[in-house]
Amino acid sequence: MTTESVLINRVRQAIADSTPLCIQGGASKSFYGRTCQGEPLDVSGHAGDIRYEPSELVLTARAGTKLSEIETLLAANNQMLPFEPPHYSPGATLGGMVAAGLSGPRRPWGGSVRDAVLGVKLLNGRGEVLRLGGQVMKNVAGYDLSRLMVGALGTLGVLLEVSVKVLPRPADERTLVFELDDDIAAARQIAWGRQPLPLSATLYEAGRLYVRLSGSAQGVQAARVAMGGEETASALWAEVREQTLPLFQTKQALWRVSLPAAAPAMPGENLTEWGGALRWIVSDEPAESIRQHAAALGGHATLFRGHDGMGEVFHPLPPAMLALHQRVKLALDPHSLFNPGRLYQGL
Amino acid sequence: MNSAFQAALKATLPPQSLLIEAEALRPYECDGLSAYRQVPLAVCLPETLEQAQAVLRICLEHQVPVVARGAGTGLSGGALPLADGVVLSLARFNRILGIDADNRLARVQPGVRNLAISEAVAAYGLYYAPDPSSQIACSIGGNVAENSGGVHCLKYGLTVHNLLALKVLTMDGELLEIGAQSLDSPGYDLLALMTGSEGLLGVVVEVTVKLLVKPERAQVLLAAFASVETAGAAVAAIIGAGILPAGLEMMDNLSIRAAEDFVHAGYPVDAAAILLCELDGANAEVSEQIMAVREVLFSAGATEVRTAQDEAQRMKFWAGRKGAFPAVGRISPDYYCMDGTIPRQHLAQVLRRIGELSEQYGLRVANVFHAGDGNLHPLILFDANQPGEMKKAEDFGTDILRLCVEVGGTVTGEHGIGVEKLDAACSQFTAAELAQFHAIKAAFDPAGLLNPGKAVPTLHRCAEMGRMHIQGGALPFPELPRF
Repeated sequence: MTTESVLINRVRQAIADSTPLCIQGGASKSFYGRTCQGEPLDVSGHAGDIRYEPSELVLTARAGTKLSEIETLLAANNQMLPFEPPHYSPGATLGGMVAAGLSGPRRPWGGSVRDAVLGVKLLNGRGEVLRLGGQVMKNVAGYDLSRLMVGALGTLGVLLEVSVKVLPRPADERTLVFELDDDIAAARQIAWGRQPLPLSATLYEAGRLYVRLSGSAQGVQAARVAMGGEETASALWAEVREQTLPLFQTKQALWRVSLPAAAPAMPGENLTEWGGALRWIVSDEPAESIRQHAAALGGHATLFRGHDGMGEVFHPLPPAMLALHQRVKLALDPHSLFNPGRLYQGL
Repeated sequence: MNSAFQAALKATLPPQSLLIEAEALRPYECDGLSAYRQVPLAVCLPETLEQAQAVLRICLEHQVPVVARGAGTGLSGGALPLADGVVLSLARFNRILGIDADNRLARVQPGVRNLAISEAVAAYGLYYAPDPSSQIACSIGGNVAENSGGVHCLKYGLTVHNLLALKVLTMDGELLEIGAQSLDSPGYDLLALMTGSEGLLGVVVEVTVKLLVKPERAQVLLAAFASVETAGAAVAAIIGAGILPAGLEMMDNLSIRAAEDFVHAGYPVDAAAILLCELDGANAEVSEQIMAVREVLFSAGATEVRTAQDEAQRMKFWAGRKGAFPAVGRISPDYYCMDGTIPRQHLAQVLRRIGELSEQYGLRVANVFHAGDGNLHPLILFDANQPGEMKKAEDFGTDILRLCVEVGGTVTGEHGIGVEKLDAACSQFTAAELAQFHAIKAAFDPAGLLNPGKAVPTLHRCAEMGRMHIQGGALPFPELPRF
């Protein structure tokens, strides 16, 4: 029996028994979101079958395939996942990457996980296998349900296969560092954001602004000369992506605040990425006040780490939006089998 | 029209916002796909959000279907009116509400023209990237509905990649805010779901678009090839060399000659195919890439490579490509434009098969191709005044689209299903997939009144047409009765 038919049978059995399922790949992001209530459904065995033609800039693989295996293969062909996804542990899978929808330092310039997803093969809550989207860059046939899976934390179905757009690796990459006060660093980033510079990552922490440039050798060199600063090691970007920096090792509440890039600082900001569009805050402030502040600045706040998994992790939705989310959920998962409560209570 | 319904609309809308006379309705009978025509019951042109909400509520109460319409330039009949329905035109929602240069975004109403956005933000050194060929006329609301593309999709993406937020009215008049000015927002990615939903899920009343910094320089190369196959291989070689062009377009000989006669772009009319390769970025980067691409093109077998000497020549090179459709319109009484996308590795095989089908049907085909992203636009030449020729062209087109699906592609890359490709969609999706789409539609629009009958074919239609997608040898649509 194929690994796919095992999963189909498990879901059909779950429909018959009304047993909710908690989908698990490499468990690398199990801390993310609320606690799921249900029987575990291990999908990590549904792996491999990689289809990859470098000149097509598309890779397709089973959802349980390890992200590390995919990235090694891409690197061997001088290509990459443009959104630089975090792994958090060696078990991270392609399906988990899509379900969590988390993108790394390159996101504002290289696009997000969702931007790169071209199609999925999905096992829905009726036990049906659906091919949504495809393996081509341009495809407007049918509703875009494949991108809907990104960040849905497995609440809409079991991902069986994923097709993503990949990109050539930049020929050259360099990291610059500047010693700047926070307000000057913020203003500098806004100004750079409006110039045609080959930026591919930024990080501000404790008086230091780090900037990564990516592109052709001459393009990077020209920008390096224009921007100034000192060159420094590039290992930092993996450390912030994988959250191995000391800041992320906290036992306190770690907030991920997503804001318009030029929004003013939130109280107690510890680290800023994405040209200002992503702020990390370690804080014991009440959730309500952090969320209100983020919303007032045009963004939202996620309780990323340091919570018990029982309260709301994600920014609460207005009632009409929550109702729509519930209807969308039931359209794909009519028996509410998949990852109940992982995203929001009652979803 | 039911008199209570008409009275309710009249009580809600100012006189200039409600069209009911046959003469006034006529301009709305079709969109850019003029082969399909239908005069609607009425056309509503609300000027305020409240009026638009009221129109939807009245239509819901009277169970009257609503077809939202932007500029009416769509190519698949998505805005084709329904005989018993209302057209909700967003043409008067035409204001740019705000430009935020520091956050590189603009808030605009749906009736704003695509190009008008780039024009309005040009002073800040910014632009809106998606550039469908109709960009001087098409509206951003329509772009959202169709997930419009253009010639720069390989590098800059489609509409879905260049949006931040939408305000949407549901059929019951509820205003939803989807997405945010931040790069992500909580909950499901309804922004992606709304984009390309062809007006079946909601009515877009405000759009926040992402703006990009204008590249320092753009340069275009034109390469000639002695066969379509070598041109196709050159495309793979450019991408294989790690270069991501801003635009990468291919035209075959018939298109080259038609375009040259029309705009005198200086194209090599003897070439079997040409490639246009646009590179953009920082000055130094573009210089470096031009040299690299020239080398790749020559080693891939180009017989000639020209670099535009100045901006005027660059525009000229593009004018030929951008004028390809009207150019073909000059050499044939009618043409039928297809929009399939294929994995590029199958290009040679697909073009060969299109050539065979062309002989079989006795109709000429001009191939214009967004080569970078695999989106084909074969233009089937025919004469609607010749009995049976339109039908022949349609059958030919359906064969081409089926071929695209067979090699792992899709029936529409950027024009949408609309009414035109409903049958073709049957060959792409299984019954379960179509049923899933209908369930999603019902989650947004339980009454089924938003643009009904478009975009997603009914299971019944696919079964009747006998054009269903057979997967794994299983009998398609076993749950449907057969007569």
